[in-house]
Amino acid sequence: MANTSNAKDKDRHLTRFHYTVDQAIEKQFNWTQMMRLLVYLKPYSKNYLPAAIIAMMISTAVRLTVPILIGKVAIDIAIKNKDTTMLTYLVVGIGLLYLLSFVGNTFRIKWVNILGQNVIYDLRQHLFSHVQRLSHRFFDSRSAGSILVRIMNDINSLQELFTNGIINLLMDVVTLIGIIVILFVLSPKLALAIMVILPIMFYISTKLRRNIRRSWQEVRIQQSRMNSHLNEGLQGMRITQSFSQEKENGEYFNGVNHGFFESFRGASKKSAMFRPLVEMCNAVGTVILIAYGAHLILLGEANGGIELGTFVAFAFFLGMFWEPISRLGQMYNQLLMAMAASERIFEFLDEKPNVDEKENSYNIEEMKGHIEFDKVEFSYEEGRIALHEISLDIKQGQTIALVGHTGSGKSTIANLISRFYDPTKGVVKIDGHDLRDVKINSLRQKISVVLQDTFIFSGTIMENIRFGNPNATDEEVMEAAKVVGADDFIQRLGEGYGTEVEERGSILSAGERQLLSFARALLADPTILILDEATASIDTETEVKIQKALNRLLKGRTAIIIAHRLSTIRESDNIFVLENGKVLENGNHEELMAKRGEYFGLVKSQFQMLDAM
Amino acid sequence: MNTFKKLKQFYWPYKKYFILSLVFLVFVTAITVVYPIILQQTIDNVVYGDQYSLIPYIAGIFILLMIVKGFATYFHQYLGDLFGIVSVYKLRNALYGKLQTLSFKYYDNAKTGDIMSRMTADVEGFRFFLSAGFAELIRIVLLIGLSLAVMFYYSIPLALVTMAAMPFLIIVVFKFDKRVHPAFRKIRKSFGNLNTRVQENISGMNTVKSLSREDFEIGRFSKNNDNYRQNYLKTSYIWAKYFPLMEFIGDVCAVALLTFGGYLVISGSLAPGELVAFFSLVWYIMGPLMNLGFVVNQFSQAKASGERLLEILDAKEDIVEKEDALQTDIKGHVTFKDVTLTYIEDDDAALKNISFDAPPGKVIGLIGATGSGKTSITQLITRFYEAEQGDVLIDGRPVVDYELKKLRSSIGFVLQEPFLFSTSIRENIAYGNPNVTDEQVIDAAKRAQAHDFIMEMPKGYDTMLGERGMGLSGGQKQRIAIARAICVDPSILVLDDATSAVDMETEFKIQKALKEVMKGRTSFIIAHRISSLKHADEILVLEDGKVVERGVHEELVSNNGTYQRIYDIQYQDREAILGTVQI
Repeated sequence: MANTSNAKDKDRHLTRFHYTVDQAIEKQFNWTQMMRLLVYLKPYSKNYLPAAIIAMMISTAVRLTVPILIGKVAIDIAIKNKDTTMLTYLVVGIGLLYLLSFVGNTFRIKWVNILGQNVIYDLRQHLFSHVQRLSHRFFDSRSAGSILVRIMNDINSLQELFTNGIINLLMDVVTLIGIIVILFVLSPKLALAIMVILPIMFYISTKLRRNIRRSWQEVRIQQSRMNSHLNEGLQGMRITQSFSQEKENGEYFNGVNHGFFESFRGASKKSAMFRPLVEMCNAVGTVILIAYGAHLILLGEANGGIELGTFVAFAFFLGMFWEPISRLGQMYNQLLMAMAASERIFEFLDEKPNVDEKENSYNIEEMKGHIEFDKVEFSYEEGRIALHEISLDIKQGQTIALVGHTGSGKSTIANLISRFYDPTKGVVKIDGHDLRDVKINSLRQKISVVLQDTFIFSGTIMENIRFGNPNATDEEVMEAAKVVGADDFIQRLGEGYGTEVEERGSILSAGERQLLSFARALLADPTILILDEATASIDTETEVKIQKALNRLLKGRTAIIIAHRLSTIRESDNIFVLENGKVLENGNHEELMAKRGEYFGLVKSQFQMLDAM
Repeated sequence: MNTFKKLKQFYWPYKKYFILSLVFLVFVTAITVVYPIILQQTIDNVVYGDQYSLIPYIAGIFILLMIVKGFATYFHQYLGDLFGIVSVYKLRNALYGKLQTLSFKYYDNAKTGDIMSRMTADVEGFRFFLSAGFAELIRIVLLIGLSLAVMFYYSIPLALVTMAAMPFLIIVVFKFDKRVHPAFRKIRKSFGNLNTRVQENISGMNTVKSLSREDFEIGRFSKNNDNYRQNYLKTSYIWAKYFPLMEFIGDVCAVALLTFGGYLVISGSLAPGELVAFFSLVWYIMGPLMNLGFVVNQFSQAKASGERLLEILDAKEDIVEKEDALQTDIKGHVTFKDVTLTYIEDDDAALKNISFDAPPGKVIGLIGATGSGKTSITQLITRFYEAEQGDVLIDGRPVVDYELKKLRSSIGFVLQEPFLFSTSIRENIAYGNPNVTDEQVIDAAKRAQAHDFIMEMPKGYDTMLGERGMGLSGGQKQRIAIARAICVDPSILVLDDATSAVDMETEFKIQKALKEVMKGRTSFIIAHRISSLKHADEILVLEDGKVVERGVHEELVSNNGTYQRIYDIQYQDREAILGTVQI
């Protein structure tokens, strides 16, 4: 670790980056969690689930019957008695059985996948929809990547369990028990002798395999560390080259790469042991079969021995032992991984949205836009009050401005109007309705927020503007763009409104993105418009355009503006100066300047600074 | 094959692993085929020949062979793996090294996701082929060949009957492969789309919520979610169709074997043990055949992967150091003489005939709309790009004469987007110069006005940044980026819109501190706000890659040019406000 003591160390760069690797990959088996997962099977418990099980049973039964037919009937009776007719019947019979198994397998694969994919679809849909409803606080405290991983990868790691896992578990148990029962029926003595290898097989498929799996986990950790660095290294390549750290990073990478190499080598050393051990185990079984089996055959059936056919059937079944045992071992691992994944999924599903809709909530019809704050108090965390007993009265159609330093409570007021949070004390009302009584959707549909950093989705310009109102026609979209003055630059793009923009809109400048967001907001036609630092970090020429667009956008709406730019604030009907969650003063620009209070001081200090520079 | 030849330098040095692995493979395969022979011997000689005394020998030989096989299998697999992983270890280092030297021009057109998939999936595909794919091909040929040989030795007619099913199986296998791979690609693609949809949704969650579009988003998501399900199911239907069919062909083969073999045994021309051996041998042929399609596909994929890797390895390095590059210290005198720069051939020039002179101690301000060429000027100084015409000189010598490391480590560059790495704040600030002491780091942070907010964090300078680290505001990130640039003690400092997200008060403090630091050194300041660069010794006003105005603030502010227009817009507030009240 690089810390104070070795700041001068010449190898400091070898440990320069720190990548935290994924959470636990597997967890202890947990019944409640398992039952919660199985609930997702319920919609299919009357169709695909039983159908898949029946199809599976048919092919398993065939697999178990054929060796007996070959051994006990074909060899012991037909061939022994040179009975060609019987052999013919038998062959036709086996052929038919195989045909049955063929049909069974076809449907099993089909139904098992339909079942699994439907469950995965439902689960993912459920999780995504739930996440949509969660509040800002949820998203603030997590990186986008970590949420993505749960919706995509964690759900996917349940795919195998729901597709093949559960059916295979049944199939393997049936097969295994079937084989053991048949062997004991055919010859208890030989069966008992052969069973010696069972515990060894179980040992290999659980203990040894777990050991191997652990070393592969180490590989995965090393790999994900390496990939994290690669990804970051590529994104930060310009910085690396600016600071000419290419060589140092190369050495760092060699370290990570070598770590990966070593862990991979260790894992493959262990893995390579697996197959030989399994085969040795089979060999022991075969030797027992040969030695003891041959002895029993020579003994003759009359003396408690066996016939040749039994011997052959044993040889067949011996070869069939390994597969179910091996799969059961795998299944166990899969379950542990599924436990870890589902725990993470359920953690999200158990997250409650922090604003609830009451049961008897109603729609606000025809919102007019009269906003009242009545002694509103709010804290994001216990003991850290963000707003102290604030009372505001914003009339329909007014433009008001919120002024103050970072953390003074400006954005909190905006968040309370959209009801992203509920006040800790007091009431927020629109048109006289307590926000807690109305349907959230009917409220938010009439409120638009324009943020400083507008997100542009990948898709065409047209689609991006239409995001404000999915029902708008092409003409309406273009009209909105014209009104806010975005039409000019859109027409200049390669394919006008049909131009594809990349995620985050990299081909557009910050100002152009902002104009698009205005067009979006206009299209949404809100009664209340909130501009949260919407015009920061834009070059001056564009800002003039935006200013004009803004005036058109504000017309006829109640507007709340949070901004630094004095020109925007100056024209507001009412300016609230906030500090530490309290309103220090309010009034229009002229009144506040005349008052020579906080606002006056704020304006003055800004200009003094400009002069000093 | 050409692809493999070109990549030879990475795997050929380790050929001994590969060859040894193949030697062991021959043992493994040979012994595999011995198993049915032993079965046959047991049945025909021991059981039917009543020679129970042979059992210990048979058992002994069998166990011995299996032990040999066990070791051979182990070494075959391990050495094969080793061959692959040690080769790609070298390959990966070479790729990474190459990526470090590729110029900005390359990264302008490259997508991180694309390079990542080459560095991960393609390297892995190539490794898999080296480790297992090629050897698997040999194994299949060997196993089928040997099994057929034994079959023909036992009974030619029965071997022929059994083989009759092989062509059908091969046809089905290849048909399956042809259909299943495009289907898998479709799954991957629709998974990718689903992933993008979710990622955008989460990244744009503020926008979604502010326009109350959650239901719309859920609707879009379920379309992608369903598309993924449908594609997955389509693929599984292909499996459902072909897999049981392959198995069925194998089964039919076994039935044919039983029928014809049974008659042969009854007629006395085949020993019962030989029939039993045939049952094992049949699967030694069918199993590998079912795998053949997969292996052939592996081969073509490895080739395609190799090609994509070669594209990186062969990418042109357009910024190359001279052989006798200068290592002299740089004082920081920057001169541009008639410099023209074009990013893409036949495109408009990004810079047209730019000239200026910036001796140490001078502050140059660059202002102009997005795309006017401000950033391009600074990126020529660091030689991230090269001028098409004209001279870019530092201390009187062309930038191309200097060693890249020397040149760039003398320039402190703060890029527009402050990129920080996943490590502590301390390491981020020390990034350009790993030899600095903690005192120097803290000093740089203080000057960049970052020290105070860093100390407010629970772990101070040890606070981890990055994906899972502390979230910093845009302004805080910019300040750390500035500290990072100061920390290399540069002769030339470039601030590319570096304080856009910092509030005015803090910006003012930063500028004051920088003034002190940059005494006797050269600074370039790119900004939108007049206030950020009005104190510059020379301001260049750019428009479409040309200098349209130059001079000091006082001159430019009253000549009715572009600068004055910007000034007027930015300062209209002030006039208006001053108009209302006397301050």
